[in-house]
Amino acid sequence: MRAAGVLIAVALALALQTTLHRFVVAGTTAIDLVLVAVVYIALTSGPVSGMLAGSVAGLIQDLLSTGVLGIGGLAKTIVGFVVGAIGQQFIVTAPLPRLVTFLGATAAYQVLFMGMYVVLGQRSFPSPWAAIASQALGNAIVGMIAFSIIEALPGVMERRRAGRRTRH
Amino acid sequence: MALLDIRQRSGWLFTAVVVGHILLITTQVNTHRGVPVLESLTFGVFAEVQRAGASAIGSIRDVWENYFALQQIRRENHDMREEVAQLRLGLQQERALAQQSRTLQQLLDMRSSTKLSTTAAAVIAGGASPDFRTITLDKGSRDGLQPDMAVMAPAGVVGRIILPTPRASKVQLLIDRDAAAGAISERSRAQGVVIGTGTSLLRLDHVSGTADIKVGDRIVTSGIEGIYPKGFEIGKIESIERRAGDFSAVSVRPSVEFSSLEAVLVVLTRPSSVSGKPNDASVGSDDEGR
Repeated sequence: MRAAGVLIAVALALALQTTLHRFVVAGTTAIDLVLVAVVYIALTSGPVSGMLAGSVAGLIQDLLSTGVLGIGGLAKTIVGFVVGAIGQQFIVTAPLPRLVTFLGATAAYQVLFMGMYVVLGQRSFPSPWAAIASQALGNAIVGMIAFSIIEALPGVMERRRAGRRTRH
Repeated sequence: MALLDIRQRSGWLFTAVVVGHILLITTQVNTHRGVPVLESLTFGVFAEVQRAGASAIGSIRDVWENYFALQQIRRENHDMREEVAQLRLGLQQERALAQQSRTLQQLLDMRSSTKLSTTAAAVIAGGASPDFRTITLDKGSRDGLQPDMAVMAPAGVVGRIILPTPRASKVQLLIDRDAAAGAISERSRAQGVVIGTGTSLLRLDHVSGTADIKVGDRIVTSGIEGIYPKGFEIGKIESIERRAGDFSAVSVRPSVEFSSLEAVLVVLTRPSSVSGKPNDASVGSDDEGR
């Protein structure tokens, strides 16, 4: 069940990333909704789920992009595993630690991703820091909003059910 | 139980997955550059998902705009207000139709002025990863699209086809880090190569230190790489930095607004036989502003 949930979350993030590109990619600010989904899965389900989600999502993104197959997958695998491990070792339920986690995960992903391309001599990234910072901030904001909505849903549903019961 | 065992050995599993990825990367880096079958297959399948996604989003938006929003207006307004709202809605639809007509007219103008064989295509999705600047078109090899065909908009150069499947095509935008095009200054004829940076700006490289270029110069395609027809607008020089007599950094602002592309023209003429007249096909950004 959990594996199906992970796959659905990744597929949804990919569909949103490609369909809503006009809203998430504007100029230098590019939000990676798939990375947000991987970090969310890692924080809520642990390192193994985070790693597998990162691996699958990254490989699909690589296949649909023009780069080397596996670089995005490897970077997201490592980020998913490390974030999952951090989520198990530390309490990452308050807004500030979550914000820091999203910021750190995006920065780490970008460093790994760009670093591998540079090491392999496939691409160059002159002065990438502004792009990394803006994506980290964008991902963190989207991640925080996603956490808030998903965590608020059960309470809203419960209140609606309780409201119906009292009316009867 | 087996799943539990795997979870208890997450370190080994992590190592195995990482090694798998590294092996995958290594095999590609050492082989010739081309389009793997797996990539083509995945893109072809996912293009259908993207098409369905775009269609579903369009349907939901239509339902929202035509049903829920109107219902809300009916509740809130009296007869006169309702009439005004409907008139406004009609006006908006007319404006949208007029805008659509203008866009199509620009494409037609461009098509007739270039004398190249072209086909119009709609943008159905963006790239799956923000690190690569690509878009997906609703036409593919069935419509005659082939790799390395140039993609244009009324404002200028958009990019090139990199992966056509039967019913869709992937386009590498000119702003992608891996994209480049031969370029020439329309005013001074100084030559260079425009290179994507992954941001909203392009970089003009390989410009001679003695070349006469200045901020505001219009940069057009030179056609030297055999992909883009000569004379199409790329953008305008936004900033120039000089160091020790050479041009160290020349930034070009693209004339195409890549985040709001809806329809494009694909030049069907085969890349090797593209030969336009200098500046005969320059369709400037002024057209788009009309």
